[in-house]
Amino acid sequence: MPSLKDVQDKIVGVKKTSQITSAMNMVASAKLRGAQEKMENFEPYANKFNEAMSNISDGANTDSFPLMEVREEVKSIELVVCTSDRGLCGSFNSNIIKLAMKKMRAYEAEGKEVSFLCVGKKGHQALKKTGKVRVQYLDIMGDFQMFNAREIAQDAALNFTNGAADKVEVIYGHFKSVAVQRPVAVDMLPITPIKGEEDPADTEKQSGDYIYEPSTEEIMDVMQPLYLNVTIYNAMLQVGASEQAARMTSMDNATNACKDIVDDLTLVFNKARQASVTSELLDIVGGAEALKG
Amino acid sequence: MAQQIHLEVVTPAGAVVSEDVDIVNAPGYGGDFGVLANHAPFLSTIKIGMLTYEQNKERSSLMISGGFSEVSNNKITFLVESVEFGKDIDVDRAMKAKERAEKRLAKAAAHDDKFNQVRAEAALQRSLARIKASKVA
Repeated sequence: MPSLKDVQDKIVGVKKTSQITSAMNMVASAKLRGAQEKMENFEPYANKFNEAMSNISDGANTDSFPLMEVREEVKSIELVVCTSDRGLCGSFNSNIIKLAMKKMRAYEAEGKEVSFLCVGKKGHQALKKTGKVRVQYLDIMGDFQMFNAREIAQDAALNFTNGAADKVEVIYGHFKSVAVQRPVAVDMLPITPIKGEEDPADTEKQSGDYIYEPSTEEIMDVMQPLYLNVTIYNAMLQVGASEQAARMTSMDNATNACKDIVDDLTLVFNKARQASVTSELLDIVGGAEALKG
Repeated sequence: MAQQIHLEVVTPAGAVVSEDVDIVNAPGYGGDFGVLANHAPFLSTIKIGMLTYEQNKERSSLMISGGFSEVSNNKITFLVESVEFGKDIDVDRAMKAKERAEKRLAKAAAHDDKFNQVRAEAALQRSLARIKASKVA
């Protein structure tokens, strides 16, 4: 039986922990709002971009672009793993890392080489043990801009064009909703032409009799790197929002768990107190009986 | 009233301008171009520079970074990385940035440093565009 003091100390400790977790929950929910807003603001840009990209790649000859080159023999694959910089967000990061490791093993079983480009500290911490991390971008998930994404995209593109990687995939945590975040892997390089979604109401608009200035090829040269930026930026936005959502959920769980523990401990405490009261009473009664003789 | 065209300027941080305007002037890849209402479908890349538009004879200017623009259905959309309104630009700062960029450019050219040359060139373009945009507003 633990002593009264021990139990009391433990209750105080657990209560303090629950204060921290509930504060973190609130901070995460505030940050989630910001991250979601950032994501929503990006949506019109991304939609418009993809629309224009599909319009133009319908007409362009896709073989001539180095970023679209589909290599016959894929020997090495780069995985861009996008995770958060901070932990305490449940299994969010480990799910992404698990997917990355699974992919790595699958590719290696096929005799291909795998390298990692890590965005975010958590992924790097876990993946550096494999010794396959080529570059890492750490401590940028807190406040990132388009130019951060551009730097990463350029790096990946260069690695692709100089032949060090024959294929590049991005792995990140997709933000489905506040409750659900899923690790996903998408192809990034070579760029596959986006096919415009056939919307019957839009056919007139999409007829594609555009005047291009300069030529479609030159426009593609400008748009393809932008497309990579958009892909990376989107992954980072998704991870940013997912991280906060995952942290909210896990901190909420932690706060609830704390409550349960405090309830249990209070029960133990009350029992222990009652036991000591009873034994003191017994002493007094026993002493009085003895005096009566 | 004259016919108008709908102008939209979109950046990754959200839509910045969404208005019906009389005319749009923009720095295209092959030189500046102007767009009026009912322009034919058109797609062009955009350089760093100044975008101006007129609305009821009132002229506004923006400094825009590179991207591209699309005209379709009497609507012109600019997809650019960043935007600054001419009236918000700090001219002194832009002037200083211009001088700095010029120095860097000269230094990079002297050392035949391609990488820094390109960067300094871009910085110079940006500061020039800012100065230009701030004068119009």
